[in-house]
Amino acid sequence: MADELQVADRPAEKIIAPGYTFASITDQIATVVLTSRTPVFWMAGFGLGLVLLLLFLLAAGVLLAKGTGIWGIRTPVMWGFAITNFVWWIGIGHAGTLISAILLLLNQRWRNSINRFAEAMTLFAVACAGMFPLLHLGRPWLFYWLMPYPNTMGIEPNFRSPLVWDVFAVSTYATVSLLFWYVGLMPDLATLRDRTKNRVARVLYAVGALGWRGSARHWSVYETATLLLAGIATPLVLSVHTVVSFDFTIGIVPGWHSTFFPPYFVAGAIYSGFAMVLALAIPLRSVYGLKGLITDKHLDNSAKVMLATGLIVAYAYILEAFTGWYSGNVYEHAVIVNRMTGPYAAQYWTLVGCNIVAPNFLWIRKLRTTPALLFVWSLIVLVGMWLERYVIIVSSLAQDNLVSSWRVFQGTRWDWATYAGTIGLFLFLFFLFIRLLPMISIFEVRTLLPEAKVESGEGRG
Amino acid sequence: MITAIHGLMAEFDNPTALVEAARAAREKGYRKLDAYSPFPIEELSGALGLHHNKLPLIVLAGGIMGGIAGYLLQYFITVIYYPINVGGRPLHSWPAYIVITFETTILFAALAAVLGLMGLCGLPMPYHPVFNVPRFAMASRNRFFLCIEAADPLFDAQGTAGFLRTLEPKEVSEVAE
Repeated sequence: MADELQVADRPAEKIIAPGYTFASITDQIATVVLTSRTPVFWMAGFGLGLVLLLLFLLAAGVLLAKGTGIWGIRTPVMWGFAITNFVWWIGIGHAGTLISAILLLLNQRWRNSINRFAEAMTLFAVACAGMFPLLHLGRPWLFYWLMPYPNTMGIEPNFRSPLVWDVFAVSTYATVSLLFWYVGLMPDLATLRDRTKNRVARVLYAVGALGWRGSARHWSVYETATLLLAGIATPLVLSVHTVVSFDFTIGIVPGWHSTFFPPYFVAGAIYSGFAMVLALAIPLRSVYGLKGLITDKHLDNSAKVMLATGLIVAYAYILEAFTGWYSGNVYEHAVIVNRMTGPYAAQYWTLVGCNIVAPNFLWIRKLRTTPALLFVWSLIVLVGMWLERYVIIVSSLAQDNLVSSWRVFQGTRWDWATYAGTIGLFLFLFFLFIRLLPMISIFEVRTLLPEAKVESGEGRG
Repeated sequence: MITAIHGLMAEFDNPTALVEAARAAREKGYRKLDAYSPFPIEELSGALGLHHNKLPLIVLAGGIMGGIAGYLLQYFITVIYYPINVGGRPLHSWPAYIVITFETTILFAALAAVLGLMGLCGLPMPYHPVFNVPRFAMASRNRFFLCIEAADPLFDAQGTAGFLRTLEPKEVSEVAE
């Protein structure tokens, strides 16, 4: 037993910088929220988010007025940007749940400093993802038809359709992520309630904290609840992108109808998600002076996860090309050749560069420990993963079984406006989050301190 | 002091002292006591003699209910309420139900976990006497508190305060009701 504890505790000492105490951890993280001074970085980020959010509202408004024809979607490429962006955003969300659930079960304590904002990232990414299928419905105001409910039309959703599975998977994912995030926030909201000097803020944080007082009885239930939620969220996160991949694999479109899509999509999701975690963590920790809590070790570990999942993704691309050839199916074969040499060859080879070549540079320690370079790399990965979904969706649809129906897809300016708009929605929500809520889990970082360990040789009662 | 008090509270500045104090209070015979800390301390559950909670059972029940509800929903709609004959394929197409059954299982289990947590902790709780102690605000920062409640049969204001002082706390304070 004693040996086991030592193994789990040893890395903890190196996770955060030395010299922290319970008080200084609390104050440093809480000050970011409780200070009345707002940094210029925040203003700039929030401003950019707001501008792009307005662009999103404009694009959505035009879409509602004129219909989905303002996008480039024409037969046979009816999914175009909308589903590409949906899959991209949902994938980004996966890293948050991986960090909060799977790494918790694996006792990876370094997750304690990054899980909170990664979970927030998940929530906001899912919100952005949800926009696309909703707007893509054509009549978004009838979205509730997706849910089974007794209605006078006498019709119900088709439960044999992967698109309906996706509705359930994504809405469950959003709900469970929100619950998990909120449960994690409760003790920290209590800290803010006890520390703020602003009366209005105190009332609001108190309402959010639900009267949390740090009782040992509560903590014991709380720990059970966190473990159970992690156990529940683990299969969930693996299932969500699996179900998203079913949208493709259940169909018989060449290039989609393949059994390795689920693991390939899940790996790609975690790959892009960690890229987003790095893209957010690197600027945040510099601006807010949190390098002692989000250390180079965190960046290094995240980069390693990115490397590992990137290699799985690379393997999937190679296997995809191999399967196209080995299947002997003329359509599968044609799709692969078209991807490599057809109208989308530029996108295909860029994604190969971003997702097969680029991650291999992460083998170099120097790159993993240089935040500025790592930031650039995470952007490369995000671009690469967007292109991957674009190529899968658009190139397969544009050149399907029937040559006479082929048509090359081009995104219109409204496609780009909607896409940039959801990036704005994401930034807007994320910057509000870092201003109003603790971006690092205060109580979990406290447990990383050596003082948090109870020193006693006595057995437990 | 004539006003009713909730109990007596001792303040410590490290988790080890709190766990030792809780253990000593249990050994002394106190049963109505609670400890407050800024982060979960595993050893406290043992020191306070806390029993295993029922949350896992609640979550299991929630998950089973969710699974059954999800499956029956699909069965009812596709077989009874809105049957669609697709080339004579069976209406009860259970392989297609797996995904949604799984999702509703997860959804109900997660809701049960959170509602169970709230229920077992009695949250939300707008008022609790411990907040009457001004220094208790530090319980969410860097201080550790042990509270022996007045409802305990062994409690007497003088004796219990004396006992708490023997534990070498930073401070002992009365908790007004």
